Amino acid sequence: MTVSPATDAFLELRDLRIHFPTDDGLVKSVDGLSYRLDRGKTLGIVGESGSGKSVTSLGVLGLHNRRNAQVSGEIWLDGLELVSAPEDVVRGLRGKKMAMIFQDPLSAMHPYYTIGNQIIEAYRIHNKVSKSVARKHAIDMLGRVGIPQPDRRVDDYPHEFSGGMRQRAMIAMALSCDPELLIADEPTTALDVTVQAQILDLMRDLQREFDSALIIITHDLGVVAELSDDILVMYGGKCIEYGSTDDIFYNPEHPYTWGLLGSMPRLDREPTDRLQPIKGTPPSLINVPPGCAFSPRCPYGSRTGGLSTGEVPELTESRGGHKVRCHMPPAERRSIWESDVKPMLETT
Amino acid sequence: MSEHPDMLLSVKDLSKHFPITTGLLKRQVGAVKAVDGVSFDVVKGETLGVVGESGCGKTTTGRLITRLIEPTAGKVVFEGEDITHMSQSRLRPLRRDMQMIFQDPYSSLNPRHTVGTIVGAPFRIQGIKTEHGIKRAVQDILSLVGLNPEHYNRYPHEFSGGQRQRIGIARTLALKPKLIIADEPVSALDVSIQAQVVNLLEDLQNELGLTYVVIAHDLSVVRHISDRVAVMYLGKVVEIGGRKSLYSSPLHPYTNALLSAVPIPDPANRTGRERIRLQGDVPSPLNPPPACRFHTRCWKAQEVCKTVEPVLTELASGHQVACHFPENMPVLETTAPAENTTA
Repeated sequence: MTVSPATDAFLELRDLRIHFPTDDGLVKSVDGLSYRLDRGKTLGIVGESGSGKSVTSLGVLGLHNRRNAQVSGEIWLDGLELVSAPEDVVRGLRGKKMAMIFQDPLSAMHPYYTIGNQIIEAYRIHNKVSKSVARKHAIDMLGRVGIPQPDRRVDDYPHEFSGGMRQRAMIAMALSCDPELLIADEPTTALDVTVQAQILDLMRDLQREFDSALIIITHDLGVVAELSDDILVMYGGKCIEYGSTDDIFYNPEHPYTWGLLGSMPRLDREPTDRLQPIKGTPPSLINVPPGCAFSPRCPYGSRTGGLSTGEVPELTESRGGHKVRCHMPPAERRSIWESDVKPMLETT
Repeated sequence: MSEHPDMLLSVKDLSKHFPITTGLLKRQVGAVKAVDGVSFDVVKGETLGVVGESGCGKTTTGRLITRLIEPTAGKVVFEGEDITHMSQSRLRPLRRDMQMIFQDPYSSLNPRHTVGTIVGAPFRIQGIKTEHGIKRAVQDILSLVGLNPEHYNRYPHEFSGGQRQRIGIARTLALKPKLIIADEPVSALDVSIQAQVVNLLEDLQNELGLTYVVIAHDLSVVRHISDRVAVMYLGKVVEIGGRKSLYSSPLHPYTNALLSAVPIPDPANRTGRERIRLQGDVPSPLNPPPACRFHTRCWKAQEVCKTVEPVLTELASGHQVACHFPENMPVLETTAPAENTTA
C-alpha cells in the first residue's frame, strides 16, 4: 500500500511502470512515467508505435490483466490511488469517473448489440434509472455528437454505421456518464480528414461543456497542436520531453522531437526538397539500448562524451515546467535548436 | 488534350462498376460505381499524386491501370499501346515496365519466402538472365534501397515495417520498370520512417528516371512528392493540376475543404484559421448523388449542380476542375492577363 499523500492534481502518475514478462524477456512498455493533469485541461501524448503511449492509458483505466502485466508506481485520480486499489473499486470508476475512446470503433463495440443497447448498458450501471429513461438519454447523446435521426439510428447495429458515425457513437458512449477524465487513443487515425475535422471540433466542444480532463494519444502532431494545452513526447516507454504546446512546437529541446518535426511534410510551409528523417528504427522494448534509448539514432550523441550510451538521462526541468530527458546541457540544446535545427525546418 | 511527346500513360474515361448480385441466380441488382469516367495523362519522369477520401476509387484506379482488375469501360494507353483488352500472355512482358508498391508491408510479402526469393521472383517469372546471376542482381537492388545485401536469406518477419516496405520497393524495382504505381506507400509506417521511405522514393526517381503514380490520402505527403495532383471524389476526378497551383489556389470547393481540414502542426494556427466544415460523410458509391456528386455536402451548391454534371475544364494553365462554381476565381481573373485562362 502506498502512503504518499493525495495530490492536488486531478490526475497524477508517479513513476508508473508497466512490464510484460514474455518468453523473449521482459518488455518494458512503460518505464517510469510521471505526469499530472488538471480538470478542463488537455494533454497530448505523442510517440511512435511501441513507445508505450497506449499501454499507459490502458494502465490508467486499470485494463491490464494483472496476471500478465506487472504494474507498479502510483496513479492518483481525484485523491484515490488506483494501482493498489482493488479491482471492483476501479471498475466502479470506469465509465463514470474515467472513460476511453478507442482507436478502432468496429472492434471496440460489440457487433451483436445495437448501438443504443451498448450505451444504455453503461448508463444503467452507474445510474439507477429505468430502461426507457436510459434509452432517452442514449438518443440524446447520439444527437449531441451529431448522428442524424438519433431516435431511429439508436436501434442500428455497429456495422450499419459508417466509420465516422461509429467513432461518434463511441464518443457518445464514452461521454454518456459525464466522465471527468476522458482518454482518446488515436481517436481520428482511422478517419478521413474531413470527418477528422468534425470529430476534433466535437471533442473540443464537449470538453469545454463538461470541463473534463482530456488525454489525447496520437502520432499526428497536427492533431495535438490543435487540441492540447500540454504535450508529452514518449520514446521507448519513457517521457523524453514534456512542456506546453508552445514549448514543444516553438522551443523543442530534445533531438527526437526535432526529428519528429523534421520528418513531417507540412502544408503550412513551402514544400521542401527533402524531408529530414530520423535515421534507424524505434528501439525494441526488450533490448532497450543502454544509456539514452534514443542514442543509436541521435545525431548529437557524440557531444555528450560517451554519457549518452553509458547512462540513462534524467528528466530534468529546463525552464518554466518544460522538462527534457537529455544529457546535453540546456544551453547547448537551445543553441543547437536556434542555430541548426530551427533554420533548417523553416527554410527548407 | 494534345498528345504530349513524352506521354507514358494515358487513361481515358476509365470506369469500374462492381456488380451487386443477389439470390441463387446472381441477378444483378445494382452496381458500386467505384471509378466512373476517370481520365488523366502521365508524362515520363513526373509524379502524379492521386488523393481522396476512402471510397473515392483511388485504389481501384491504380489496380485498373495495372490491369489487376478489368475495367468496365474506358481505356488505358501505356507507351502508345492500348492495353485495356490485351490478353494476359501479351500483357506479361509489359508488366516489366509497370509495377506496383502496395500499402501494407505485412500482407504484401509472402512470410514463407526469403527476401532473396521475394525480390528475385520477378527475374524468374519473366525469365530474365542477369550477368552475374540472380543473387547478385538481387543484392545490388537491396543495397540500392538501403537494405543490407547480407539479408538475402532472411524472412520478412525479421524486419521492421519500414524495412519491409523497402523490400517491397526492391521487388518493384527489380526489372527496372518505367512506371510505378504506389498505393499508399507510407501510410502504414511511423512518422520518422515515413520520411525515410519518401526520401528513398525521390532518390530512386532521380537516379533511375522513374515515373510514379502515387495514391495516398495524406495531402501533405502527396504535396511533398508530386509534380501534379489529381483529387478524386466518389469515383470521379474533380480537380487536377500542378502541385503549386492546386495547393495554393484550389478551384474545387471539395479540394478547398480537404485542405482546410488538415490539422496544421502549429499551435498559432489554432485560432484565426478559417475552416471549412463539411457536413456528414461521403455518400455511398452505390447510390451516388446525381449530377455533381459533391452537391450534397457543398456549401455553394445551387439548382444546376443537382441537374447538370460539371465537366473537367481547364481554367488555368494545366489546371482543370469539374465544378459549376469554382473557388478562387477572382484571383485568377485579376492576376492572369486574358491569355491561358481558357483552353
